[in-house]
Amino acid sequence: MSEPSGDVLLEISDLSLVFRTSRGPIKALNGVSLNVRAGEIVGIVGESGCGKSVTMMAATRLLPKGSAHITAGGIRLFGNDPMKLSERELQHVRGKLVSTIFQEPMNALNPTRRIGEQIVEIIRRHQRLDAKAATSKAIGLLRDMLISEPERIMQAYPFELSGGMRQRVLIAMAFSCEPKLIIADEPTTALDVTVQALILSLIKHKAASTGTAVVFISHDMAVVSQLCDRLYVLYAGRVAEAGTTASVLAAPAHPYTRALIRCLPGLVAPKQPLEQILGTLPDLLDPPAGCLFKARCREADERCKAVPPLAAIGAARRAACWRRIEETQSA
Amino acid sequence: MTEPPLLSVEDLEVRYRVTSGWFGGSDVHAVNGVSFSVAEGETIGIVGESGCGKTTLGQAILGLTDISAGAVKLRGTERDRARRTQIQIIFQDPQSSLDPRLPVWRLITEPLHIRGGYANKQLIDRASELAVSVGLRPEHVDRYPHEFSGGQRQRIAIARALAVEPALLVLDEPTSALDVSVQAQIVNLLLSLQAQRKLSYVLISHDVSLVRHVADRVAVMYLGQIVEEGPTLDVLDAPSHPYTRTLLDAVPRFDRPLASIAPRAGELPSNRTLPTGCFFRERCPSATAGCEQPQLLVAADGLRKVRCHLVTNVHGMGRPRSAPRPAFPSDATA
Repeated sequence: MSEPSGDVLLEISDLSLVFRTSRGPIKALNGVSLNVRAGEIVGIVGESGCGKSVTMMAATRLLPKGSAHITAGGIRLFGNDPMKLSERELQHVRGKLVSTIFQEPMNALNPTRRIGEQIVEIIRRHQRLDAKAATSKAIGLLRDMLISEPERIMQAYPFELSGGMRQRVLIAMAFSCEPKLIIADEPTTALDVTVQALILSLIKHKAASTGTAVVFISHDMAVVSQLCDRLYVLYAGRVAEAGTTASVLAAPAHPYTRALIRCLPGLVAPKQPLEQILGTLPDLLDPPAGCLFKARCREADERCKAVPPLAAIGAARRAACWRRIEETQSA
Repeated sequence: MTEPPLLSVEDLEVRYRVTSGWFGGSDVHAVNGVSFSVAEGETIGIVGESGCGKTTLGQAILGLTDISAGAVKLRGTERDRARRTQIQIIFQDPQSSLDPRLPVWRLITEPLHIRGGYANKQLIDRASELAVSVGLRPEHVDRYPHEFSGGQRQRIAIARALAVEPALLVLDEPTSALDVSVQAQIVNLLLSLQAQRKLSYVLISHDVSLVRHVADRVAVMYLGQIVEEGPTLDVLDAPSHPYTRTLLDAVPRFDRPLASIAPRAGELPSNRTLPTGCFFRERCPSATAGCEQPQLLVAADGLRKVRCHLVTNVHGMGRPRSAPRPAFPSDATA
């Protein structure tokens, strides 16, 4: 499978970002490169602190202005640098072109207003529709989310709904302005598996029918494998590996990706020790030179003292590991 | 006469009185008649979705919540103060289960401190010993919880539970707050401690693959009842109860594309007023005549018990069981 050929909606190149803190700058991103094309579902996987949310928040300029600073690299969102947009232009991009679904649906809804009012407000802010048309559009969106009595839910307050129902409302809101790109940041992590399965299939079907691209942020490799066309594996604010989901899972190239998959229970016989990734994440206040994974890597050697580039290692596959890069070159 | 099992839970019921609301109080029926036993060195996994009563069940075993009916017995006798130390618990979030103001040696030996009669020197020595047994370094005992990562904090919590030499640990989502790479470390630690010390575990988790890896037997809970119980691989690889199948079909797996939208993927009914008949009837894809009757947990095949008349044939209606299937591609090729 070759790289999808749609328009590039988001392009992040070599992005480095620090958070200024009283203990010094935390180097949250150390050269992240990724892109998202129209209509595809892209997964960003990694453990906590790897920079997956920070990358996407930087792309939509949601990070606090005072503490977050881009130190290198750049972002192109629909051809513009989000850092240079005016507040008004940014509102247009965020509502009309990109929308975000967060992990905690309760925090994303206004607790004092009815569900219907909140959806209609968003629709009317970005589209020329009267109240009646916006209401019927909202009801249609809720119905698409398999909500059985959308008229009743429109009248409800967020606290009256279950977590899974709230998340479905937020997905309906995210699709309401027909954005080109939706960023879903761990949207099912707080939910039970049966509800998660429903939400994932709703996102997948709705995205396919509207042609919307989705960036799906998750720590769960299995979830990403079911949903995403391509994936990026992040480690310590850097892309370790990228490629089509099927090819990465069939033959993970970076030692970190391999370890992430192998440490899941179920791949060894019951009661046998699981493969573990030794050590801990590097301290991002003072990250080591060279490959950031080398202290935990079983394959590390002299070459790893230099930072490995994210290089092509096959058709639509890239990995930031010297060993893989050399194997590719010698092959 | 056979020796009584290490832990036996008999017809356990836990109801909470909720006093808020306009019409006075109402009861939350958290656990509704649960029975199972755990042998020495054995692990039983309790799986189910949030609100199914699995955490309340764990707390009732510990004595952290009052029992409304039924009994929790340790080696055949009801749990009393003297036996309380025999059962310890590991919570999900080691951040909130460790007092941030105490050094690690005090945290680990807190149960001994409460028991009394030890000098500080003795406590520190014991703490270092326990710290080493859970994979920490002896010098770690002088530090404070904030100096440790999530995985290390969970090791401290495990060391504390081991301080009083318990026979059984209740593990309430022991790895859910941890990253996958750290989860593997804690799972390995729990498995090796069990082998060394002949510990019994009650592993409460929503993570079916974790339970499959660690537990000898599994009980699937729905609305405060066990709906299916039996040897782990029997139950998880060839589920009988319609709820067990619904739950397992929803677990994301590498070898399977996303299931198409489940038509009846509803949510748990309210546990304020329990449904009549089978609790799962409203969501059940195979609901039929007979499901309006209360369902009993009865032996199905081998060591398995199922609470569904369609499976156990109590009302003369059977259905073919689905064929066993591998949970991961490696199982199929192995």
